[in-house]
Amino acid sequence: MATTTQQNTLTEGSLATGTTKLNLGPTHPATHGVFQNILELDGERIVSTEQTIGYIHRAFEKIAERRPLYQITPLTDRLNYCSSPINNMGWHMTCEKLLGITNPKRVDYLRVIIMELARIADHLICNSVIGVDAGAFTGFLYIMQYRELIYEIWEEVCGSRLTTNIGRIGGFERDFNDIAFTKLEKFLKEYPAVLKEFENLFTRNRIFMERTIGAGPISGERALNYGFTGPNLRAAGVDYDVRVHSPYCSYQDFDFEIPVGNTGDSYDRFLVRNQEMWQSLRIIEQAYKKVQDMKGEEATVFHADVPEYYLPDKKDVYTKMEALIYHFKIVMGETDIPPGEVYHSVEGGNGELGFYLISDGGRTPYRLHFRRPCFIYYQAYEELVKGGMLSDAIIVMSSLNLIAGEMDG
Amino acid sequence: MALTNETIKQRLIEKFGDQVGAFEEPYEMLTFEAPKDWNLKVLNFLYDDEELRFQFLTDLTAVHYPAYIGRELAVVYHLHNLVDNIRIRFKVFTDIKQPDVYTATGLYASANWQEREAYDFYGVNFVGHPNLIRIQNVDDMDYFPQRKEFPLEDQTRIDKDDEMFGRGGNMDFGNVPTPDHRHTIPESEKQ
Amino acid sequence: MARPVAYNVNEKPLVQDISMASMPEGYQGEGFFATSLGKVVGLARKNSIWPLPFATSCCGIEFMATMASHYDLARFGAERLGFSPRQCDLLMVMGTVAKKMAPVVKQVYLQMAEPRWVIAVGACACSGGIFDTYSVLQGIDQVVPVDVYVPGCPPRPEAIIDGVIRIQDLIGKESLRRRNNDHYKKMLESYGIQ
Repeated sequence: MATTTQQNTLTEGSLATGTTKLNLGPTHPATHGVFQNILELDGERIVSTEQTIGYIHRAFEKIAERRPLYQITPLTDRLNYCSSPINNMGWHMTCEKLLGITNPKRVDYLRVIIMELARIADHLICNSVIGVDAGAFTGFLYIMQYRELIYEIWEEVCGSRLTTNIGRIGGFERDFNDIAFTKLEKFLKEYPAVLKEFENLFTRNRIFMERTIGAGPISGERALNYGFTGPNLRAAGVDYDVRVHSPYCSYQDFDFEIPVGNTGDSYDRFLVRNQEMWQSLRIIEQAYKKVQDMKGEEATVFHADVPEYYLPDKKDVYTKMEALIYHFKIVMGETDIPPGEVYHSVEGGNGELGFYLISDGGRTPYRLHFRRPCFIYYQAYEELVKGGMLSDAIIVMSSLNLIAGEMDG
Repeated sequence: MALTNETIKQRLIEKFGDQVGAFEEPYEMLTFEAPKDWNLKVLNFLYDDEELRFQFLTDLTAVHYPAYIGRELAVVYHLHNLVDNIRIRFKVFTDIKQPDVYTATGLYASANWQEREAYDFYGVNFVGHPNLIRIQNVDDMDYFPQRKEFPLEDQTRIDKDDEMFGRGGNMDFGNVPTPDHRHTIPESEKQ
Repeated sequence: MARPVAYNVNEKPLVQDISMASMPEGYQGEGFFATSLGKVVGLARKNSIWPLPFATSCCGIEFMATMASHYDLARFGAERLGFSPRQCDLLMVMGTVAKKMAPVVKQVYLQMAEPRWVIAVGACACSGGIFDTYSVLQGIDQVVPVDVYVPGCPPRPEAIIDGVIRIQDLIGKESLRRRNNDHYKKMLESYGIQ
């Protein structure tokens, strides 16, 4: 540090050899989560970085080897906790793939509604936090008000706001009642205007554009090599979306677009997430209409008929023998899972969230591995910020939407 | 002509003969295995070939099978051909006494941290990795926690009441109660 | 079968419009008010807490919801969130603390100046939560002394506000000499803090 302060100008042949090491340590202003970056700075420019993660390693994969399938759902909640329903549904779909269960259409459409609400919630946090890091606190406050509406809808269905544990293997634990649909309609009515206002605050805002354009660009090929998926990859120009490539949960019945960016810098990531929220709204409206148009028997079903894994109705448990036995076996975790290995992935808020489940025929998985998108694309951080300035490092970190729970897991 | 599992299997057998084996298709994903010294050759072939083009590494992880003597640790690669939308799973098995596997970081940059995680949890030594140190656990941990022989819980706790958790007596899952094993906090230590 | 839930639809009428904070007891006359110093200092301190949000995981998101406009925490005086321990009174540890993170929590606690309070928000900070594993610290009270525990996974914003109000009660009733007495010193020593 002493050498750089003595020289006021860099003369030819004299290299400023003193670089500063700055510890962007595990505790930084609340919103991001705990991971550490040791930046090596030459003045204001970043020369290299070194990342340390694992400050919230909770050994999910080892815990999962001890739990029957149901008890793993609360663990999946805590992966990307801003959009926990997507993780829950992804896990249930993995189990259904292993067990060979197909769901009725209404279950699929209700699942789509919940998952797209979760995607909106996740992107809202990410975009408003990019604003906070660039200095604009207002957007965050206005938008959190509407996240409360999403929380209320989830609360009607499953009882919990954030870590939802929503759904069951084969469907949902209870049907969506009228209040949930009323709240959904209220959301669909009020939210577009709010999103428009939020957009207006940022997209053509000169300060925001100057902060984010050019911060942390990445090309499509490098992004693919680094294993990027999700909005970060789409901002780099590659239109890979698991919902379209390998459709699950009846996504092929919906009509939506995939927004794609150009340069992969923070501004593109912001815009891609913004557009994805509009597309999610479109999907929710279509799904809601499809659910309302269902008639008769189809309109009341909310779970598949799979008694070994789905708790029977309580009145049957008290009167029928098979229901009693199934209830006992499910609750005590004594159902044997068929052996096999399966990999299933869903489009999470950050990209392809994959579940690799190996079962050896016992009651708990033999091995469960989560393919966590945050963990995989955080490796590229050094390449993204090298040569940039310190303030760009902060903007890139928040625009990548790094969720510590998903990174360490 | 669309790429199918059959075609991939044929091309692999043509190229590598009987070095690749154990072809299965659980839930329509082609799964095969190769000896551990051939893992880079297979990965490079799958990457460079114009028809196969498996240029996206979805997932790299390790599994511990204590029952397969001589082949206890498996490294599993999930690869994805984004253009034709086909996924395959490729496994290599290695002995636990000498778990050396060649690193895939030269080919896929995303393998870097995933291999570090496999090393951290299972002890697979990736030969040629630029920075093979622990990533998730504390740096001074001296064992590989996700192997099957190690327990999940922290063994140094004294405040858990084993009777309440269904342990104690003969069903203790390896938690051997020490002679001064206490079930409650003594009066002197209560605040 | 749908069970209709009826309680969050209707507006509940307020029992009282405003609740007023009461004055400490003291002797007052024309233009003066005499009370004990501890009570005045307590009143001032409790209504102007500067919290340090040490948010590690999911409880951090519920904290963000608490700070936002719906469940505003700022109306209790905690308007200014600081991120530097040197400037803050209340360390709010929210979320799971892994063993790798424990020295960091301790370091942050040591950097805070007296008087300082700690609130453990969430089941993971209170006792390890659902993660009874080799890598998770089973409660931050293994490394720092904690004043208030807020259980929940994650606790609702109302519960976090309740925890902060209890901290306010503790602050208001705290004696001025508490930090210097033997009992407190002995407790700090049991944590290895000088």
